[in-house]
Amino acid sequence: MIDLDAIDRDILRALQADATLKASELGRRFGLSQPAAWRRVKRLQEAGVWQTRRLDLDTEKLGFGVTVFLGVKLATKGRVSLEDFERAVSAIPEVQTVQHVLGLYDYRLRVVARDLSDFERVLRRRIMTLPGVGNVEANVLLSEERRPGPLG
Amino acid sequence: MLDDSDRRLLRHLQADPEQSMAALSTATGIPVATCYKRLDRLREQGVLRGQQMVLNWPALGFTVEVSLRVTLDKTNPRAFDELLAAARDVPEVTEIQTFLGRVDVRLTVIARTMPHYQEIYRARILTLPHIADIEALMHVATIKDAEALPI
Repeated sequence: MIDLDAIDRDILRALQADATLKASELGRRFGLSQPAAWRRVKRLQEAGVWQTRRLDLDTEKLGFGVTVFLGVKLATKGRVSLEDFERAVSAIPEVQTVQHVLGLYDYRLRVVARDLSDFERVLRRRIMTLPGVGNVEANVLLSEERRPGPLG
Repeated sequence: MLDDSDRRLLRHLQADPEQSMAALSTATGIPVATCYKRLDRLREQGVLRGQQMVLNWPALGFTVEVSLRVTLDKTNPRAFDELLAAARDVPEVTEIQTFLGRVDVRLTVIARTMPHYQEIYRARILTLPHIADIEALMHVATIKDAEALPI
Protein backbone atom coordinates (compact mmCIF):
# COMPACT_ATOMS: atom_id res chain seq x y z
CA MET A 1 0.00 0.00 0.00
CA ILE A 2 1.24 3.44 -0.94
CA ASP A 3 2.09 6.06 1.67
CA LEU A 4 0.72 9.51 1.03
CA ASP A 5 2.06 12.78 2.33
CA ALA A 6 0.12 16.03 2.61
CA ILE A 7 0.95 17.15 -0.94
CA ASP A 8 -0.10 13.78 -2.42
CA ARG A 9 -3.44 14.21 -0.66
CA ASP A 10 -3.80 17.74 -2.03
CA ILE A 11 -3.08 16.45 -5.52
CA LEU A 12 -5.63 13.63 -5.20
CA ARG A 13 -8.28 16.00 -3.91
CA ALA A 14 -7.63 18.38 -6.82
CA LEU A 15 -7.82 15.56 -9.39
CA GLN A 16 -11.01 14.21 -7.84
CA ALA A 17 -12.59 17.57 -8.62
CA ASP A 18 -10.95 18.01 -12.03
CA ALA A 19 -9.13 15.11 -13.65
CA THR A 20 -7.89 17.24 -16.55
CA LEU A 21 -5.48 19.31 -14.41
CA LYS A 22 -1.98 19.24 -15.84
CA ALA A 23 1.21 18.75 -13.80
CA SER A 24 2.11 22.42 -14.37
CA GLU A 25 -1.15 23.61 -12.81
CA LEU A 26 -0.88 21.14 -9.91
CA GLY A 27 2.68 22.34 -9.34
CA ARG A 28 1.59 25.97 -9.26
CA ARG A 29 -1.17 25.23 -6.78
CA PHE A 30 0.92 23.20 -4.38
CA GLY A 31 4.31 24.87 -4.70
CA LEU A 32 6.09 22.23 -6.79
CA SER A 33 8.06 22.45 -10.00
CA GLN A 34 6.29 21.01 -13.02
CA PRO A 35 8.59 17.91 -13.15
CA ALA A 36 8.18 17.31 -9.40
CA ALA A 37 4.39 17.45 -9.73
CA TRP A 38 4.54 15.16 -12.75
CA ARG A 39 6.65 12.61 -10.81
CA ARG A 40 4.13 12.59 -7.97
CA VAL A 41 1.19 12.09 -10.32
CA LYS A 42 3.09 9.28 -12.05
CA ARG A 43 3.92 7.59 -8.74
CA LEU A 44 0.26 7.74 -7.65
CA GLN A 45 -0.88 6.42 -11.00
CA GLU A 46 1.57 3.53 -10.89
CA ALA A 47 0.39 2.60 -7.40
CA GLY A 48 -3.10 2.20 -8.89
CA VAL A 49 -4.56 4.95 -6.73
CA TRP A 50 -7.16 5.85 -9.26
CA GLN A 51 -9.63 3.55 -10.76
CA THR A 52 -10.90 5.53 -13.68
CA ARG A 53 -11.84 8.94 -14.97
CA ARG A 54 -15.48 9.80 -15.12
CA LEU A 55 -17.12 12.26 -17.44
CA ASP A 56 -19.40 14.56 -15.49
CA LEU A 57 -22.46 14.92 -17.71
CA ASP A 58 -25.71 16.71 -17.00
CA THR A 59 -27.98 13.68 -17.32
CA GLU A 60 -31.16 15.74 -17.53
CA LYS A 61 -29.87 17.87 -20.39
CA LEU A 62 -29.09 14.63 -22.20
CA GLY A 63 -32.67 13.51 -21.79
CA PHE A 64 -32.31 11.14 -18.84
CA GLY A 65 -34.72 12.46 -16.27
CA VAL A 66 -34.79 9.53 -13.84
CA THR A 67 -32.17 7.53 -12.00
CA VAL A 68 -33.40 4.57 -9.99
CA PHE A 69 -31.50 2.30 -7.63
CA LEU A 70 -32.70 -1.28 -7.56
CA GLY A 71 -32.08 -3.82 -4.87
CA VAL A 72 -32.33 -7.25 -6.47
CA LYS A 73 -32.71 -10.53 -4.67
CA LEU A 74 -32.09 -13.67 -6.68
CA ALA A 75 -34.98 -16.15 -6.45
CA THR A 76 -33.35 -19.34 -7.49
CA LYS A 77 -29.88 -19.40 -6.07
CA GLY A 78 -28.02 -22.51 -7.07
CA ARG A 79 -30.13 -23.09 -10.14
CA VAL A 80 -29.03 -19.97 -11.97
CA SER A 81 -25.38 -19.14 -11.80
CA LEU A 82 -24.36 -15.73 -10.55
CA GLU A 83 -22.23 -15.37 -13.68
CA ASP A 84 -25.27 -15.75 -15.93
CA PHE A 85 -27.15 -13.08 -14.03
CA GLU A 86 -24.14 -10.75 -13.95
CA ARG A 87 -23.46 -11.14 -17.64
CA ALA A 88 -27.08 -10.50 -18.60
CA VAL A 89 -27.57 -7.53 -16.30
CA SER A 90 -24.28 -5.89 -17.34
CA ALA A 91 -25.36 -6.02 -20.97
CA ILE A 92 -28.38 -3.76 -20.39
CA PRO A 93 -27.34 -0.27 -21.55
CA GLU A 94 -29.60 1.52 -19.05
CA VAL A 95 -27.91 -0.30 -16.15
CA GLN A 96 -25.00 1.95 -15.22
CA THR A 97 -23.55 0.09 -12.27
CA VAL A 98 -23.85 -3.40 -10.84
CA GLN A 99 -22.60 -4.22 -7.38
CA HIS A 100 -22.65 -7.59 -5.69
CA VAL A 101 -23.63 -7.03 -2.06
CA LEU A 102 -24.32 -8.99 1.12
CA GLY A 103 -27.42 -8.31 3.17
CA LEU A 104 -31.06 -7.81 2.34
CA TYR A 105 -30.30 -7.93 -1.41
CA ASP A 106 -27.82 -9.73 -3.60
CA TYR A 107 -27.22 -6.96 -6.14
CA ARG A 108 -27.49 -3.20 -6.30
CA LEU A 109 -28.15 -1.67 -9.70
CA ARG A 110 -28.10 1.91 -10.84
CA VAL A 111 -30.50 2.43 -13.74
CA VAL A 112 -31.11 5.54 -15.87
CA ALA A 113 -34.21 6.17 -17.96
CA ARG A 114 -35.77 9.03 -19.88
CA ASP A 115 -38.77 9.24 -17.57
CA LEU A 116 -40.84 7.02 -15.29
CA SER A 117 -42.67 5.26 -18.11
CA ASP A 118 -39.35 4.56 -19.82
CA PHE A 119 -38.11 3.18 -16.50
CA GLU A 120 -41.16 0.94 -16.30
CA ARG A 121 -40.32 -0.42 -19.75
CA VAL A 122 -36.71 -1.18 -18.68
CA LEU A 123 -37.91 -2.77 -15.46
CA ARG A 124 -40.53 -4.99 -17.09
CA ARG A 125 -38.80 -5.97 -20.29
CA ARG A 126 -35.16 -6.06 -19.21
CA ILE A 127 -34.80 -6.44 -15.45
CA MET A 128 -37.75 -8.67 -14.52
CA THR A 129 -36.85 -11.05 -17.34
CA LEU A 130 -33.27 -11.59 -16.13
CA PRO A 131 -32.34 -15.17 -15.25
CA GLY A 132 -33.04 -15.91 -11.59
CA VAL A 133 -34.34 -12.49 -10.63
CA GLY A 134 -36.58 -12.49 -7.56
CA ASN A 135 -37.67 -9.68 -5.31
CA VAL A 136 -36.83 -6.18 -6.62
CA GLU A 137 -37.00 -2.95 -4.65
CA ALA A 138 -36.83 0.42 -6.41
CA ASN A 139 -35.86 3.78 -4.98
CA VAL A 140 -35.92 6.88 -7.18
CA LEU A 141 -32.85 9.09 -6.79
CA LEU A 142 -33.65 12.67 -5.75
CA SER A 143 -30.20 14.07 -5.08
CA GLU A 144 -26.64 12.86 -5.06
CA GLU A 145 -23.44 14.18 -3.60
CA ARG A 146 -19.96 12.74 -3.92
CA ARG A 147 -17.59 13.47 -1.08
CA PRO A 148 -13.78 13.56 -1.26
CA GLY A 149 -13.51 10.77 1.34
CA PRO A 150 -10.92 10.26 4.09
CA LEU A 151 -7.93 11.95 2.45
CA GLY A 152 -6.76 13.41 5.75
CA MET B 1 -30.43 20.95 -28.97
CA LEU B 2 -27.98 18.06 -29.32
CA ASP B 3 -27.54 16.49 -32.70
CA ASP B 4 -26.21 13.08 -33.69
CA SER B 5 -22.59 14.29 -33.89
CA ASP B 6 -22.75 15.67 -30.33
CA ARG B 7 -24.10 12.38 -29.10
CA ARG B 8 -21.46 10.43 -30.99
CA LEU B 9 -18.71 12.60 -29.48
CA LEU B 10 -20.00 12.17 -25.94
CA ARG B 11 -20.49 8.45 -26.40
CA HIS B 12 -16.88 7.96 -27.46
CA LEU B 13 -15.44 10.38 -24.92
CA GLN B 14 -17.40 8.71 -22.15
CA ALA B 15 -15.91 5.34 -23.05
CA ASP B 16 -12.37 6.76 -22.76
CA PRO B 17 -12.15 10.27 -21.28
CA GLU B 18 -8.35 10.27 -21.55
CA GLN B 19 -8.11 9.87 -25.30
CA SER B 20 -6.55 12.61 -27.37
CA MET B 21 -8.60 14.83 -29.64
CA ALA B 22 -6.94 13.13 -32.63
CA ALA B 23 -8.11 9.70 -31.42
CA LEU B 24 -11.58 11.06 -30.75
CA SER B 25 -11.66 12.53 -34.23
CA THR B 26 -10.66 9.21 -35.82
CA ALA B 27 -13.21 7.27 -33.78
CA THR B 28 -16.10 9.60 -34.57
CA GLY B 29 -15.15 10.68 -38.08
CA ILE B 30 -15.52 14.30 -37.01
CA PRO B 31 -12.63 16.67 -37.89
CA VAL B 32 -10.38 17.67 -34.96
CA ALA B 33 -11.25 21.37 -35.16
CA THR B 34 -14.96 20.53 -35.12
CA CYS B 35 -14.42 18.21 -32.12
CA TYR B 36 -12.88 21.12 -30.18
CA LYS B 37 -15.67 23.47 -31.20
CA ARG B 38 -18.44 21.06 -30.33
CA LEU B 39 -16.97 20.07 -26.96
CA ASP B 40 -16.53 23.75 -26.10
CA ARG B 41 -20.16 24.34 -26.91
CA LEU B 42 -21.27 21.34 -24.83
CA ARG B 43 -19.27 22.81 -21.92
CA GLU B 44 -20.87 26.23 -22.39
CA GLN B 45 -24.32 24.63 -22.43
CA GLY B 46 -23.47 22.84 -19.20
CA VAL B 47 -24.00 19.39 -20.73
CA LEU B 48 -20.35 18.47 -20.22
CA ARG B 49 -19.46 19.66 -16.74
CA GLY B 50 -15.98 18.22 -16.45
CA GLN B 51 -14.00 15.10 -15.66
CA GLN B 52 -13.39 13.58 -12.29
CA MET B 53 -10.83 11.12 -11.04
CA VAL B 54 -12.42 8.20 -9.24
CA LEU B 55 -10.12 6.96 -6.50
CA ASN B 56 -9.38 3.30 -5.97
CA TRP B 57 -9.90 3.23 -2.20
CA PRO B 58 -8.71 -0.37 -1.69
CA ALA B 59 -5.30 0.70 -3.11
CA LEU B 60 -5.22 3.34 -0.36
CA GLY B 61 -5.94 0.73 2.29
CA PHE B 62 -9.71 1.16 2.53
CA THR B 63 -10.88 -2.33 1.74
CA VAL B 64 -14.29 -2.26 3.41
CA GLU B 65 -17.26 -0.58 1.70
CA VAL B 66 -20.72 -0.57 3.18
CA SER B 67 -23.92 0.89 1.79
CA LEU B 68 -26.13 2.18 4.61
CA ARG B 69 -29.80 2.58 3.83
CA VAL B 70 -31.27 5.05 6.25
CA THR B 71 -34.91 5.63 7.14
CA LEU B 72 -35.49 8.99 8.79
CA ASP B 73 -37.81 10.11 11.53
CA LYS B 74 -39.85 12.38 9.27
CA THR B 75 -41.93 13.90 12.06
CA ASN B 76 -39.17 16.49 12.24
CA PRO B 77 -39.30 18.77 9.17
CA ARG B 78 -35.56 19.51 9.47
CA ALA B 79 -34.63 15.81 9.57
CA PHE B 80 -33.27 15.63 6.00
CA ASP B 81 -31.18 18.80 6.17
CA GLU B 82 -29.74 18.07 9.58
CA LEU B 83 -28.83 14.49 8.77
CA LEU B 84 -27.19 15.48 5.47
CA ALA B 85 -25.19 18.26 7.14
CA ALA B 86 -23.97 15.91 9.87
CA ALA B 87 -23.12 13.14 7.37
CA ARG B 88 -20.91 15.57 5.40
CA ASP B 89 -18.73 15.91 8.50
CA VAL B 90 -17.88 12.21 8.52
CA PRO B 91 -14.75 11.84 6.33
CA GLU B 92 -15.37 8.14 5.64
CA VAL B 93 -18.71 8.92 3.96
CA THR B 94 -17.95 9.02 0.23
CA GLU B 95 -21.48 9.27 -1.20
CA ILE B 96 -24.72 10.80 0.03
CA GLN B 97 -27.91 10.15 -1.90
CA THR B 98 -31.53 10.95 -1.15
CA PHE B 99 -34.43 8.91 -2.47
CA LEU B 100 -38.11 8.67 -3.02
CA GLY B 101 -39.10 5.20 -1.88
CA ARG B 102 -38.67 2.94 1.10
CA VAL B 103 -35.18 4.31 1.71
CA ASP B 104 -34.79 8.03 2.50
CA VAL B 105 -31.02 8.45 2.47
CA ARG B 106 -28.17 6.23 1.43
CA LEU B 107 -24.61 6.67 2.62
CA THR B 108 -21.55 4.91 1.29
CA VAL B 109 -19.04 4.41 4.08
CA ILE B 110 -15.51 3.11 3.60
CA ALA B 111 -13.13 1.77 6.23
CA ARG B 112 -9.70 0.15 6.48
CA THR B 113 -10.84 -3.02 8.25
CA MET B 114 -14.00 -4.44 9.81
CA PRO B 115 -12.99 -3.27 13.34
CA HIS B 116 -12.34 0.18 11.87
CA TYR B 117 -15.78 0.08 10.25
CA GLN B 118 -17.35 -0.93 13.55
CA GLU B 119 -15.64 2.04 15.19
CA ILE B 120 -16.94 4.51 12.58
CA TYR B 121 -20.41 2.95 12.70
CA ARG B 122 -20.68 3.31 16.47
CA ALA B 123 -19.00 6.66 16.94
CA ARG B 124 -20.02 8.55 13.80
CA ILE B 125 -23.02 6.89 12.13
CA LEU B 126 -25.30 5.83 14.97
CA THR B 127 -24.86 9.31 16.43
CA LEU B 128 -26.23 11.03 13.28
CA PRO B 129 -29.49 12.88 13.99
CA HIS B 130 -33.07 11.76 13.18
CA ILE B 131 -32.31 8.18 12.14
CA ALA B 132 -35.27 5.83 12.59
CA ASP B 133 -33.70 2.74 11.05
CA ILE B 134 -30.52 1.64 9.26
CA GLU B 135 -29.94 -1.35 6.99
CA ALA B 136 -26.47 -2.25 5.85
CA LEU B 137 -25.43 -3.82 2.58
CA MET B 138 -21.86 -4.98 2.53
CA HIS B 139 -20.12 -4.48 -0.77
CA VAL B 140 -18.62 -7.70 -2.13
CA ALA B 141 -17.66 -6.90 -5.72
CA THR B 142 -18.23 -4.35 -8.43
CA ILE B 143 -19.40 -6.03 -11.61
CA LYS B 144 -19.97 -2.93 -13.73
CA ASP B 145 -19.09 0.62 -12.78
CA ALA B 146 -18.62 2.60 -15.97
CA GLU B 147 -21.65 4.70 -15.03
CA ALA B 148 -22.01 5.46 -18.71
CA LEU B 149 -25.19 6.95 -20.13
CA PRO B 150 -26.81 5.10 -23.04
CA ILE B 151 -26.44 8.17 -25.28
